[in-house]
Amino acid sequence: MRETPLERGFRALLYLSVGVGLVTLLVLTITVIGDGLPFLDWTLISSPTSFNPDIAGARTAILATLWLMGIVIVLAVPIGVGTAIYLEEYADRSRLRNRLIELNIQNLAAVPSIVYGILGLGFIVNGAGLGRITLAGGLILTLLVLPTVIIASREAIRAVPNSIRYGAFALGATQWQMIRTQVLPAATPGIATGSILGLSRAIGESAPLLMLGVILTASKDPDPFSRFIALPVQIYRWTIDPSDKFHGLAAASIVVLLVLLLSMNTVAIIIRNRSHRTW
Amino acid sequence: MVTQNPTDHPAGIRLPETSVSPAEEAASPLVFDVTDLTVSYGGTPAVRATALPIEEHRVTAFIGPSGCGKSTLIRCFNRMNDLVPGALVEGRILYHGDDLYGSEVDPVEVRKRIGMVFQKPNPFPKSIYDNVAFGPRILGLTDGLDERVEKAIRRAALWDEVKDRLKSSALTMSGGQQQRLCIARCLAVEPDVLLMDEPASALDPIATARIEELMSELKTRYTIIIVTHNMQQAARVADRTAFFSVDVAEDGSRCGRLVEFDRTNVIFTNPREKRTEDYVTGRFG
Repeated sequence: MRETPLERGFRALLYLSVGVGLVTLLVLTITVIGDGLPFLDWTLISSPTSFNPDIAGARTAILATLWLMGIVIVLAVPIGVGTAIYLEEYADRSRLRNRLIELNIQNLAAVPSIVYGILGLGFIVNGAGLGRITLAGGLILTLLVLPTVIIASREAIRAVPNSIRYGAFALGATQWQMIRTQVLPAATPGIATGSILGLSRAIGESAPLLMLGVILTASKDPDPFSRFIALPVQIYRWTIDPSDKFHGLAAASIVVLLVLLLSMNTVAIIIRNRSHRTW
Repeated sequence: MVTQNPTDHPAGIRLPETSVSPAEEAASPLVFDVTDLTVSYGGTPAVRATALPIEEHRVTAFIGPSGCGKSTLIRCFNRMNDLVPGALVEGRILYHGDDLYGSEVDPVEVRKRIGMVFQKPNPFPKSIYDNVAFGPRILGLTDGLDERVEKAIRRAALWDEVKDRLKSSALTMSGGQQQRLCIARCLAVEPDVLLMDEPASALDPIATARIEELMSELKTRYTIIIVTHNMQQAARVADRTAFFSVDVAEDGSRCGRLVEFDRTNVIFTNPREKRTEDYVTGRFG
């Protein structure tokens, strides 16, 4: 079949759109790797952050980001999946209360991350008196990714056909037995994929964590109850420093962050493809 | 009144031998006794049944045109309608003499005693073994689980086909095998009654024949209620048949109604009601 000029033009437009995205990504990646390459060495991974660019590394930032990831996984996944189970399996959608909860969660997913930072500063850091510690940062990021985890988990739970639910009920399963033995196992790949994608958004966030302030030198590794500087925040600090060496360190740290993000997304894609299922 | 020779039925339905054995004739003890039942969804009545006795160790078929409420009614017997928001069951269903909808009755307990096979095979996305073991595990019957699973699969006439691949996914089986697996899944918990909602409507003729064969074997141990839109199937497998029809009210609202219940032979050869006769002779529906 021959394409009309209009169709050809449209196809060209689509290729152009894809091209813009790909070229931008490629240029950015190449530039960053080029700038960061001289600094991509063991010192970057093993040295704590410092005012002196010759001895500064991203070790403290990487560890802080890993702590944040751990806190977010431990808190956001159970709370998010629990909320999704409630909304999909238990909530009576004809009640105003439940419809309001749904609407709110959808809106929360669109709230700019800096707002979570302000909220966290007010309620978690100062309100609850937790201080500017890693745990507070983790709690803020948990709030940030919860809507994403809830929405992804709901989609995964909704994709389990009702015939499976009725089949379990008809064999004398209680609602919780049905959910635990049928719905959750069938929805796990979708929940895992959604959670990982939510998490990878969280670890790339710098705006809400900037609200907690940063530490610029560290003599010891961060823990949940110490002050911290997360990787994206560290990168931000280094890029606004006048020293070229810090710019190189920032570029190298971006490569580390990219590797972290890409490997998480790869895991998500592998889980999704492995579990492809037709009912 | 229809007076043809039953073997020469106008709709081409071949009936079992007309000479009814005394055993066929005699009424068995009742498993269910339905009186003045109305099921409604969101306040709109969907089906009514004045009197419907279900006898032990017999196959009772529900037939009738689409929308006559036969599937709605069968879901009352294992209280599946409880899961439908807005569904209301009024009237009385006795199960071995006890009110099935009594306030002290737990629907979960009811469903452990009364198995159900659905229109579309719905195996769980697990292994063949785990599908059959699901019910026993839920009930905590894990002693001798292997034997229990094997027995259930044998009774569902599936053992020879799957004995070498019990660990493979149930979703790799054919539709007919999946449906027999769903039957095996019910049998694994030794139910009292087997409810079958158009169990063969998604299957090819050969798989259908196997399911029908299975039903006549199973009725020696279980009481079976089957919904079918296929009259020939009812005539082949059922001892008793209930015919449902749709009443259309002046305002256009439709409600299913139990028109006639009798021995299958009577329903197909000598029904009392004109509507039944029209339906089984193929003049309507």
